[in-house]
Amino acid sequence: MMSATVGKWLDIGPTTQIEPGTARTLPVAGADEIAVFHTMRGEFYALVNKCPHKQGPLSQGIIHGDSVSCPLHNWRISLKSGEALGDDKGCTPTIPLKVDNGRIYLLREAVIPTGPFDEPAPAAQVAAA
Amino acid sequence: MNAQTTIETPKREKLVVIGNGMAGCRAVEEVLERDADRYDITIFGAEPRVNYNRIMLSPVLAGEKTFEEIVINGQDWYDDNGITLVGGDPVDHIDREAKTVVSRSGRVEPYDKLLIATGSDPFIIPIPGNDLEGVVTFRDLDDVDTMLAAAEKGGDAVVIGGGLLGLEAAHGLSLRGMKVTVVHLMPTLMERQLDEAAGYLLRQELEGRGQTILTSANTKVIHGVEGKVVGIELEDGTKVKADIVVMAAGIKPATGLAKGANLECERGIVVDDHMVTSDPDILAVGECVQHRGACYGLVAPLWEMCRSLADHLTEQPSGYEGSVTSTKLKVSGIDLFSAGDFSGGEDCEDIVMRDASRGIYKRVVVKDGKIVGAVLYGDTADGNWYFDLLKKEEDISDIREALIFGQAFASGGGALADPNAAVAALSDDAEICGCNGVSKGKVVQCINGGAHSLDAVRSTCKASASCGSCTNLVESLLAITLGEDAVASGPKTMCKCTSFTHDDVRRLILEKELKVIPQVMQELHWTTPDGCSSCRPALNYYLLCAWPGEYEDDEKSRFVNERLHANIQKDGTYSVVPRMWGGLTSPKELRAIADVVEKYDAPMVKVTGGQRLDIFGIKKEDLPAVWADLNAAGMVSGHAYGKALRTVKTCVGSEWCRFGTQDSTGLGVKIEKMTWGSYMPHKFKIAVSGCPRNCAEATIKDFGVVCVDSGYELHVGGNGGIKVRATDLLCKVETEEEAMEHCAAFIQLYREDAHYLERTAPWLERKGLDWIKSQLFDDPERITRLAARFRLSQKYWQVDPWAGRAAGAHKDLHSHIAEIRPLEMENA
Ligand code: SRM
Ligand SMILES: Cc1cc2nc3c(=O)[nH]c(=O)nc-3n(C[C@H](O)[C@H](O)[C@H](O)COP(=O)(O)OP(=O)(O)OC[C@H]3O[C@@H](n4cnc5c(N)ncnc54)[C@H](O)[C@@H]3O)c2cc1C
Ligand code: SF4
Ligand code: FES
Repeated sequence: MMSATVGKWLDIGPTTQIEPGTARTLPVAGADEIAVFHTMRGEFYALVNKCPHKQGPLSQGIIHGDSVSCPLHNWRISLKSGEALGDDKGCTPTIPLKVDNGRIYLLREAVIPTGPFDEPAPAAQVAAA
Repeated sequence: MNAQTTIETPKREKLVVIGNGMAGCRAVEEVLERDADRYDITIFGAEPRVNYNRIMLSPVLAGEKTFEEIVINGQDWYDDNGITLVGGDPVDHIDREAKTVVSRSGRVEPYDKLLIATGSDPFIIPIPGNDLEGVVTFRDLDDVDTMLAAAEKGGDAVVIGGGLLGLEAAHGLSLRGMKVTVVHLMPTLMERQLDEAAGYLLRQELEGRGQTILTSANTKVIHGVEGKVVGIELEDGTKVKADIVVMAAGIKPATGLAKGANLECERGIVVDDHMVTSDPDILAVGECVQHRGACYGLVAPLWEMCRSLADHLTEQPSGYEGSVTSTKLKVSGIDLFSAGDFSGGEDCEDIVMRDASRGIYKRVVVKDGKIVGAVLYGDTADGNWYFDLLKKEEDISDIREALIFGQAFASGGGALADPNAAVAALSDDAEICGCNGVSKGKVVQCINGGAHSLDAVRSTCKASASCGSCTNLVESLLAITLGEDAVASGPKTMCKCTSFTHDDVRRLILEKELKVIPQVMQELHWTTPDGCSSCRPALNYYLLCAWPGEYEDDEKSRFVNERLHANIQKDGTYSVVPRMWGGLTSPKELRAIADVVEKYDAPMVKVTGGQRLDIFGIKKEDLPAVWADLNAAGMVSGHAYGKALRTVKTCVGSEWCRFGTQDSTGLGVKIEKMTWGSYMPHKFKIAVSGCPRNCAEATIKDFGVVCVDSGYELHVGGNGGIKVRATDLLCKVETEEEAMEHCAAFIQLYREDAHYLERTAPWLERKGLDWIKSQLFDDPERITRLAARFRLSQKYWQVDPWAGRAAGAHKDLHSHIAEIRPLEMENA
């Protein structure tokens, strides 16, 4: 029922759906939820929505510069690299993202993980929530 | 070569150029410079005119230049160099087999080498009405003529796009007498070149000049009457009148011809380092190309491209490696510069200087000892110097401290690069504190006279006691005069983003009438572009406390609990605590809670220590529906998540208890109805006990009432948490009304004075009970005035945040963007 044109990038909708200084989430069936961040300076980043400390939902933190402070215990996580900043150690996986013509795209293969034997990534569909 | 011998000129190779613009003609100039005789050159131009400087169209629109003044190469240049210019006749087709191009008029021109320099096309946003008469772009002289014709009649202009191009169009049109509105999709003007702070200053300046600036504004439709534009309408329904609409929403590389000829194109025409396309005989240069993944929209890269291209065409290949660009806005009286990558990052360091009195903002981003980006507003004198250091990747570690003060200051090197040394070098009568007119000599004299700390200097000679922007200088003087180690550290600053203390910030917000967070950051010289997770919530509170009714809450500066109006749990779900006034409840409320627990499968419901029920394990998506159900039973948010009034605990009191002296339950309910919804520096708890047996634990609350036969004892500053503190007795009053008035006044005093995240107990210990009493009682009017200010604030803040969300406000906070499902799962 889908016209399954499988491109390299997955279109997740217009940039306007995420206000600057906020983040929104994308649950992925069979994989970790993704948080998409829009910084005050207008940049977009995507990370797995889990703090390296105790899995706090990073999408709910306060976003400043290009880092986010985790809502649970205030670790500061870099949106660019996913690394914990300051004295804390740990890293959240990042998802390659691009913005083109007002729309946000995620690298498909990073969203839909390939299987254990490196099979090609299955096609994915984005369903309106 | 040889003047004597006349040899027959060999048949020259034929170079055809498509595009008579900036890159096309510059490329030809470069080729001629290297080998004037090599090519027989023909240039096709879509525009019916000679080569001119496109970037100067802005001054032409603004009336600062004429077309004649911006011509780069007049007809004589073409004639002198034997170049055939085919103007006003665009090329429609490239035939790679035959190696010819065909123009619109049917002219067929053979080539040996073909150069595509077609530039960009304006991006027309795909909305209804974009083809109406009066909708214009800003790309060539014809566009300027159209705008000038419209401007002659005056009226309203809307410019869609608040980037470089849009703002230059807006400036020109407003100088030509039109009333201009700029509509920009992003929250910050020129967001690609400016950070939020500089964008804020720019916006203020443009608004001061009479332009209307709408940001985060998405144009939905352009309205017309009889085919002519009359206005635009935004996504949110706002309508703006317009006699002319300028589309300046971006450009896209003009790749149509190249695509038609099956040359490799992505965003632009793909070229290698020698500007050669996928066909070795076809080159491309300028805005139409994509080189190493990048497309450019500025002229500087074109010059570099043209050099490599000419080197290649004359067989001395060099190779273009991409450009770092810098930007200046050509709007008279606005100095603005930006270069490189200023988005910062974890291993980057921001050096920020703000000088509010002169309207200056400078930010230099340093990574691994090198400048990677710079944004300058108000004073761009050092722009080129920073840009040069950036391009050369110069190591700036040695001048790091003085870098932000500019070249003159920093490049003295050695001694001068040390800011202390620079301050030491100032003469004795150099002014240190502009606000209070204090000279360096005077500050030093006062330090030598015993003022050995910043505070001491402030209180003796007033230097740095007002706006505080000279704090660094005074600190340097302390260090120079007393030695680095002897300097006692001053009071703690709010956070590492500022050198001001909480008290300073609160005072200056009122004195300078600062009303939004970016303004506070600018005026008070914040050293980070948008603060951190500790100062942003504090500023949001200080502003909402200072300007009730005026200040618009900044959700994104709030901690998650206050943004989602529920307490986040360790598994990322939320707990929901509805208010139960004074700890009282009813079957209806209990039933509604029980229904919610079942309906949303809440794993636990618990009686809290605050005399109400807590429902655990609710998902953020379900919160609005849960609240709708609770609202329907008359319950509102309990603010169990907020730096706000939490609970008012009560005991049964005189209504039932054999020892009760007053109606403690009734008074507790009244107090809670008066105080709920109010945001505070920290959480605030109240209790009312019916007698000194104190079953409601009123003496470990922020405000506690203990009823006695003769009236009410009012207690303040208690805390039952980490460090237990029993309350101090504030006073005794006789009536419920007085108890409530005192309660309101005490809360307001706390709201207006305490530091963010300081509960009443530490606040009271810091200020002293005597100070609090004197604030409340020295002037008999004071209590009334404080209580009145509290009530005013409540007029705006006593609203149930759940109701709005239940009705659909801020839906995006509670919903996912979408869900991603592998297709095969879908089919399974
Ligand atoms: C639910 C509750 C425990 C319970 O099951 O009874 C509770 C739960 C939490 N308390 Fe509490 N406190 C609860 C009553 C209390 C009380 C008792 C009271 O209010 O009479 C106290 C001691 C009294 C006091 O505040 O002085 C109390 C002193 C604290 C403290 C220490 C405050 C202090 O100044 O030292 C914290 C930590 C903080 O605020 O930084 C805290 C923080 C918390 C937090 C918010 C921890 C956190 O940051 O996530 C817990 C959130 C639970 C949740 O998600 O709902 N809770 N907490 C009580 C909710 C009362 C209500 O109806 O709103
Ligand atoms: C108002 C304005 C202000 C600007 N200000 C600045 C500034 O301050 N700083 C800065 O660095 N940059 C500025 N720019 C951008 C700068 O002008 C461009 O980067 C530059 O002109 C690009 O050069 P180009 O040769 O690639 O394209 P163009 O200069 O646009 O030249 C392309 C030419 O090709 C012609 N053409 C297109 N298709 C065909 C065809 N099929 N046949 C024949 N001819 C064709 C076009 O008519 C055009 O004349 C400004 C641009 C504008 C419009
Ligand atoms: S006492 Fe500690 S564990 Fe218990 S609710 Fe309060 S904060 Fe949480
Ligand atoms: S889970 Fe993020 S800081 Fe603890």
